[in-house]
Amino acid sequence: MSLSKLLSDYGMLIVLILLCVFYSITTLDEQNPRGVDAAEQVTQMILDGYNTQDRIVVVSKSNPEHVLFANTLLEELESSGYQNVEHIEGEPPEVRSAFEQFDSLGVRADAVAIPQDYSTIIGNIKNRIPVMSQAQIVAPRSYRWPTFLLANNLRNVANQIVVIAIIAVGMTMVIITAGIDLSVGSLIAFSAVVAAWIIREMGGADATLGVMVLASVIAILMCGLVGFASGITITKFKVPPFIATLAVMLVASGFAYIISKGESIYEIPDSYVWLGRGADLFSIPNAVVLMVIIYVLAHILMTRTTLGRYIYAVGGNPEAARLSGIRVNLVLLFVYTMCGIMAGLGGIVQASQLKSGAPTYGLLYELYVIAAVVVGGTSLQGGEGKISGTLIGAFIIAVIQNGMNLTGVESYTQKVVLGFVILLAVLLDMLKKRSWGGKKKTVAAG
Amino acid sequence: MSKNDESPLLSVERIEKSFPGVKALKGVNLDLHRGEVHAIVGENGAGKSTLIKILAGVHQADAGTMHIDGKAVHFNTPIEAQHAGIAVIYQEFNLIPALTVRENILLGHETSKWGFFSKRDEHKIIEDLFSKMNVRMDPEAICAELSVAQQQLVEIAKSLSVGARIIVMDEPSATLTNQEVDTLFEIVRDLKEQGIGIIYISHRLDEIFEIAQRVTVLRDGEYIGTHPVERVDREGLIEMMVGRSIENEFPKHHHPIGDVRLKIDDFAHTSDEEGVSLEVRSGEVLGLTGLVGAGRTELARLIFGADRPARGTISVDGKVLNIKSPLEAIRNGICLLTEDRKAQGLVLGLSSRENFALANLNNWSKGGFVSAKEERSRFASYIDSLKIKISHQDQLAQNLSGGNQQKVLIARWLESNSDIIIFDEPTRGIDVGAKYEIYLLINKLAEAGKAIIMISSELPEVLGMSDRILVMHEGRISGEITDVLNATQEDIMTMAVGQLEAS
Repeated sequence: MSLSKLLSDYGMLIVLILLCVFYSITTLDEQNPRGVDAAEQVTQMILDGYNTQDRIVVVSKSNPEHVLFANTLLEELESSGYQNVEHIEGEPPEVRSAFEQFDSLGVRADAVAIPQDYSTIIGNIKNRIPVMSQAQIVAPRSYRWPTFLLANNLRNVANQIVVIAIIAVGMTMVIITAGIDLSVGSLIAFSAVVAAWIIREMGGADATLGVMVLASVIAILMCGLVGFASGITITKFKVPPFIATLAVMLVASGFAYIISKGESIYEIPDSYVWLGRGADLFSIPNAVVLMVIIYVLAHILMTRTTLGRYIYAVGGNPEAARLSGIRVNLVLLFVYTMCGIMAGLGGIVQASQLKSGAPTYGLLYELYVIAAVVVGGTSLQGGEGKISGTLIGAFIIAVIQNGMNLTGVESYTQKVVLGFVILLAVLLDMLKKRSWGGKKKTVAAG
Repeated sequence: MSKNDESPLLSVERIEKSFPGVKALKGVNLDLHRGEVHAIVGENGAGKSTLIKILAGVHQADAGTMHIDGKAVHFNTPIEAQHAGIAVIYQEFNLIPALTVRENILLGHETSKWGFFSKRDEHKIIEDLFSKMNVRMDPEAICAELSVAQQQLVEIAKSLSVGARIIVMDEPSATLTNQEVDTLFEIVRDLKEQGIGIIYISHRLDEIFEIAQRVTVLRDGEYIGTHPVERVDREGLIEMMVGRSIENEFPKHHHPIGDVRLKIDDFAHTSDEEGVSLEVRSGEVLGLTGLVGAGRTELARLIFGADRPARGTISVDGKVLNIKSPLEAIRNGICLLTEDRKAQGLVLGLSSRENFALANLNNWSKGGFVSAKEERSRFASYIDSLKIKISHQDQLAQNLSGGNQQKVLIARWLESNSDIIIFDEPTRGIDVGAKYEIYLLINKLAEAGKAIIMISSELPEVLGMSDRILVMHEGRISGEITDVLNATQEDIMTMAVGQLEAS
């Protein structure tokens, strides 16, 4: 395998990996173990340094992370046989008064177990109180690790891109047929609003699971129907896809505002966030699992089935495809319907993430979706492109955005950078094709 | 040519050129005199295009020398070649369709002052050019509305307007009608009179004998030789090109002809057009010829369901069918090998294997899933039997030579196992060796009882390969030849121009 082939097959994957490496290095920082991890580390330190008769004071604030730390630690210490353990929960003034109380009672402490981010201030307080000054601060050790690579942040990256990535599957198919679908952004809003509206009308915050599923399915199918209508306009009436879907974009957006009367619909049960915020499988977000399933299915469709082959053929040369007995119009109808369905699904994920439906959702998303497809190496001229490439493209965009957030680049600058990244990706693709095209011409020449 | 003592207009010596993985030219020589038409022949892949591109400054030679008027030259860019007086007219024209003839000819060297040009001055220049070429054309005509032949004239005028003294023509006659070729030849002769040297590249050998003084043969990038045309004959040229002797250019087999397979009756594009009727029998090769624009391809597309006829019936094996799309035609055992491989046959960005499979996926898919293994093994058998030259099955269709592209398409239709096969210009732009193989294949198909319609503009081919010939003129059948063995090209031509209804 030559270098150029390697680059053309895996070029964007390499770019993605380099980006990840870059942000891993630039976000390398002091990280503090939190919650359960912190508690376990501190337990170990106490086991190593103190016997069960020593007096241990656990200090924490009342935020969930600290409470988790304190509770876990208390449990662990108790089960290890420590008998003189006390817990102080609260802000510095409260801790100080607790310490002063110890002082007045003349109770000595041997260790103060505390989360890392609370240790400095409490350490200062402790040193001013004689009876406590002997006590050692036992806090989890901080370590160096890229913020970018923290599990939490990676989940963030995935959650941010999941809607765009799902819709990009449909868009990839459309673009491979040399078409475009500008309506997907509006369909996100349309789908979210329709689903939220149905739920509100059928029980609101007390709606049953059945209602929620039904509402979501109806919203997705309606988006599929809209895609189908775009397809009919394009195949039967020969309206260019750009114009047809531009019109649909306005219509769908308009309907989203009409249905919602221009306001967000919040009357949705709490359990509706299962898809968008839940993480049932090895703490991978459910939406990400859904996205992966869709990508796998789409990949199989495009590489292993007759329909997939026809999609490429129709994009590469519709006349040759027709003369080979392919029902070109049916293929086009399929891809636009599929793109609508994917946009509808994206809208449901969005509604679930935000636990509401609003007509403002999905604004400009069509452009991000197209960008993901193009960065992923699909040619706007049709006939070529890969589903896997689109996933990589979507993640390149997500990683760049996330990385800029982490490194404190402001959002206006982010737009500029993202624009240039898209331009660069397309230019690279063009250059690759040109040098490659020059070579193939000469080989065939003579 | 007068062998005067001055140096030749152009002389090229021992030119070599390599591309990654292939040596395209291995020491090629060429010299061209003033007022000479010098033909270059060779199969596809012989190195003609590479040689042209070196002359045009598109590629740079690895070794060898190039002289113009005895002065050594070296071109790094096409502009340098243009300044040195070399113009190349490629098969695909470099005209801007929306601009006029005048604007196209003067594009890039307008006679403008401060950005404004004088239409009168420009008209004067154009008229001078046209009178030099002895042609008449409206300088204000939009190029998109011109015929191919007229566009070619615009290209020639364009090259003269920049002062070209050496004009390279790459397959100029490929898409011209016979009359247009005659016009082209008159212009070429006029240019020759004016001392312009012309390098003429063509697959049509009879043209070379008609227009050229000398011919240079290339084969596999090697220089085979240069000969005055009086000293060689057609067979000799072919032998030099393919490197072995071909006893018979048209290896026609005759076998028994069976029942009528396809019958069309009163087929017409529009309701006010005269209808066309014809029938083809099992085992028969029906040659369908006529001038370009006579309606042969249109008829083929009607039969294949690519276009819808306004009226008329079609029946296969006596059963009347209602064919509304190519899909239905294919299901009824009809296939069409289109005239334009790139525009209508191949999906250039897909692999050869995928192109082969396009019409046949259902043969090896279950529940919509394609069996890649089965597909590869089927294609492999065609690569073998059709001798498709291909580096691997996934090689992109666009990277194949014309002959191999055609073979991939033939494999596609053989696999579809159609009984009625329409070949539209099956050998256009294909080299001699591949042509011969396609003729053998047509024989084999006829022998197997297929009914074949072979549309062709090349009269020797029509006469050499058909069992029966139909000639079309202005959308209708103007004549039929049943006694092919004793027919001549003149017989066909009289029918093709609509003068005679003969048999």
